Amino acid sequence: MSVHVVPLRVYFVIFTSLMILTAVTVAVAYLDLGPLNTILALSIAVTKAALVILYFMHVRYSPSLTKLVVAGSFLWLFILLSITMSDYLSRGW
Amino acid sequence: MSDTPSAAHPAHLAHHFDTVEQQRESSSLGMWVFLAQEVMFFGGLFLAYLVYRSSYPAAFAEASHHLDVVLGGINTVILIASSLTMALAVYYAQTGKRNLLVLFLLATMLLGLAFLGIKAVEYHHKYVDKLIPGVAFSYPGPNAQHAQLFFSLYFAMTGMHALHMIIGFGLLIWLVNDARKGRFTPEYHSHIEIFGLYWHFVDIVWIFLFPLLYLIGLHDAAGGGH
Amino acid sequence: MSTFTAPTVPVETREHYLNADYGVRSWLLTVDHKRIALLYLASITLFFFLGGFFAVLIRLELLTPQGDMVQSETYNKMFTMHGIIMIIFFLIPAIPAVLGNFLVPLMVGATDLAFPRINLLSWYIYILGGIISLTSIVVGGVDTGWTFYTPYSSTYSNSYVITAGLGIFVAGFSSILTGLNFIVTIHKMRAPGLTWFRLPLFIWAHYATALIQMLATPVLAITIVLLALERGFHIGIFDPALGGDPVLFQHLFWFYSHPAVYIMILPGMGIISELISCFSRKYVFGYHFIAFSSLGIAVLGFLVWGHHLFVSGQSAYAGLIFSVLSFLVAIPSAIKVFNWTATLYKGSISYQAPMLYAFGFIGLFAIGGLTGLFLAALGLDVHVHDTYFVVAHFHYIMVGGTVMAYLGGMHFWWPKITGRMYPEGWARFSALVIFLGFNLTFLPQFVLGYLGMPRRYHAYPPEFQVLNVMSTAGASILGVGYLIPMIYFFWSLKYGALAGPNPWGATGLEWRTSSPPPTENFKQTPVVTEEPYEYSIREIKVV
Repeated sequence: MSVHVVPLRVYFVIFTSLMILTAVTVAVAYLDLGPLNTILALSIAVTKAALVILYFMHVRYSPSLTKLVVAGSFLWLFILLSITMSDYLSRGW
Repeated sequence: MSDTPSAAHPAHLAHHFDTVEQQRESSSLGMWVFLAQEVMFFGGLFLAYLVYRSSYPAAFAEASHHLDVVLGGINTVILIASSLTMALAVYYAQTGKRNLLVLFLLATMLLGLAFLGIKAVEYHHKYVDKLIPGVAFSYPGPNAQHAQLFFSLYFAMTGMHALHMIIGFGLLIWLVNDARKGRFTPEYHSHIEIFGLYWHFVDIVWIFLFPLLYLIGLHDAAGGGH
Repeated sequence: MSTFTAPTVPVETREHYLNADYGVRSWLLTVDHKRIALLYLASITLFFFLGGFFAVLIRLELLTPQGDMVQSETYNKMFTMHGIIMIIFFLIPAIPAVLGNFLVPLMVGATDLAFPRINLLSWYIYILGGIISLTSIVVGGVDTGWTFYTPYSSTYSNSYVITAGLGIFVAGFSSILTGLNFIVTIHKMRAPGLTWFRLPLFIWAHYATALIQMLATPVLAITIVLLALERGFHIGIFDPALGGDPVLFQHLFWFYSHPAVYIMILPGMGIISELISCFSRKYVFGYHFIAFSSLGIAVLGFLVWGHHLFVSGQSAYAGLIFSVLSFLVAIPSAIKVFNWTATLYKGSISYQAPMLYAFGFIGLFAIGGLTGLFLAALGLDVHVHDTYFVVAHFHYIMVGGTVMAYLGGMHFWWPKITGRMYPEGWARFSALVIFLGFNLTFLPQFVLGYLGMPRRYHAYPPEFQVLNVMSTAGASILGVGYLIPMIYFFWSLKYGALAGPNPWGATGLEWRTSSPPPTENFKQTPVVTEEPYEYSIREIKVV
């Protein structure tokens, strides 16, 4: 069983996308969009991370177990952040 | 169980594995599980950031304006480029092009070094501006205490990230050395692949650090005071 | 039932992992998981007795109501060191690093763990962490409690917080690497025919434990880093005077330390499944329930940490959620207890020492777990928080649970590890001594706590003295109970009866190879064709 070799072209497309997204995130930061600023910044970061994970780290072509480990780690991070924030956000109630 | 290498038992197959495939899958899974652990490690810092930024949004935004967006942006480009060169190194390992493998490993090292160099410049600026938390901290604005929290998190998060990059740089020296000796083939280049995973992870951490630390409330940044 | 025939080939002439190579280097540079398990056995036993020594000091001080043996600062150091050593250097590693390291490859039919050199590295890291922590004791100790709460630990304590923290930080990496090794081994190195649902429950338990080790320990690591930064640079992250929140430390700390208690108990539960089935000669009732409940405990265990923060200033609403979740996490544990009980039903039960420890575990863990529900109830916790009720609760689980399981497992697998049988009479006797000593030590502490005696105090009102004296008396009996196995285990190495491959007539791949096993574990890779625990279906010969 051979390992999937990602074509070179894919890497360059992803790299270009990452550069564009970086430029976008910097540009958007200078606009006043209220709470949307943070949401957009994080969405772009998540998209960039997803591109790195799926293509540079080959997760798109990896076994399900790998995908499970990736998903699980972000889920656990989410648990840490969300439940702790539930304390801080409800302190004033 | 014979000890001499053969087609079924190549020299790079460790004795406790049955097949090369099993060995490769095991090292890959091992690195992924390690990265899951790293997500949680940085996660604690992100939690502290989340708690304090949501508690002191204005102070954080204002403190963030003291960071150099240009240098941070350049570093982001550099690091993403180093992810590209690392992915290419893996590609050339997979396709058996030794010289290109070495070239792109070296390129990754160079870009990593550039990143660390720029970080050093930034840290130096902070030192000169007296924005390093601790006894010498002197912040020219309201909410100095909360600004100090921002800078503490800035140094903790980028510092921990830089530490991971330094470790990666050290590992790259070792890998380049092995690659130059021809140790990696299309059949066996686990170390390159799993190091690539580590390097991309470090890139991803920065992909989040950059907007969270450098790009807060920039629309108010003109003039520097609020 | 426990007759055993000596093997036909004398142990001394057969090569196995213990005599395959001699000399200090062959031990200190070994990559054989079985030898690494023994390296761990030696070190954790030392730490156990060191932690026990601090316990002795605590119980001696508490014989009298006045704080007259040591000053309060010294007493604070005593219970802190007791906690750090027992939790980080004994309870967390003990079963996984000793029995897990030894047995996981054998039970899955592999030659070694996935990463043998990382396995050895994890032992060295553990030793380094231990040395650093011992250094912190020698230079003066830490007095913050093992929980290191801020702002005392970050700002006010004059003790060696960062040194102790560094020792724990380093030891954490040992735990992470062990967990990593187990996860990859169990996924990738099972013998042909060994599907997930044919695995022994010991493996399921260690798999679940490894998941927790990977996901929780790094949070402790970063917490210690932040604590060190706070203490060194006064950055304000946990200091209210500088805008920080001390409760944030508690969130971060307990995000690890609550799942950590499941790291401590899950491997023990894995052992109990093995013991109960072997000594009832029966398949484990509800195998799938026990397997999935191990995973359930691992997952739910991450959602309940705030029950340690009920009175800390955490919001009432978060407290409410954590309370409900803490009730839920009791369910998978209860499922296990019900299934073990059902396994016993109509079994052919024998009472060798491992089984005595298993019985002890079930009863004491049940008490410990049920008292956990008392603590999970927010209103009641307000009354008993930081009292001896809590101390009794966790000692019932960690000592009445984990240590009993550990001892049961050590007895059960001793013949496999050493090729020798321990003396059964003495083993049963010490099991009983431990059981009695344990209960005398900790049962009074439930009453003390409920009546209001706070924990971590070296002086108390005189009306609590009788119960404290009972507790100290129990501790001395318990100490004797722990010393006896030390003696006869060493004795058995030279004089114990030789053991064959399967002295208990147990199922499991580890019993299909010789005692002690050869370095490569199996002469030929086993092929698994049976379901686990097939005791009832066929007669398994004692060999």
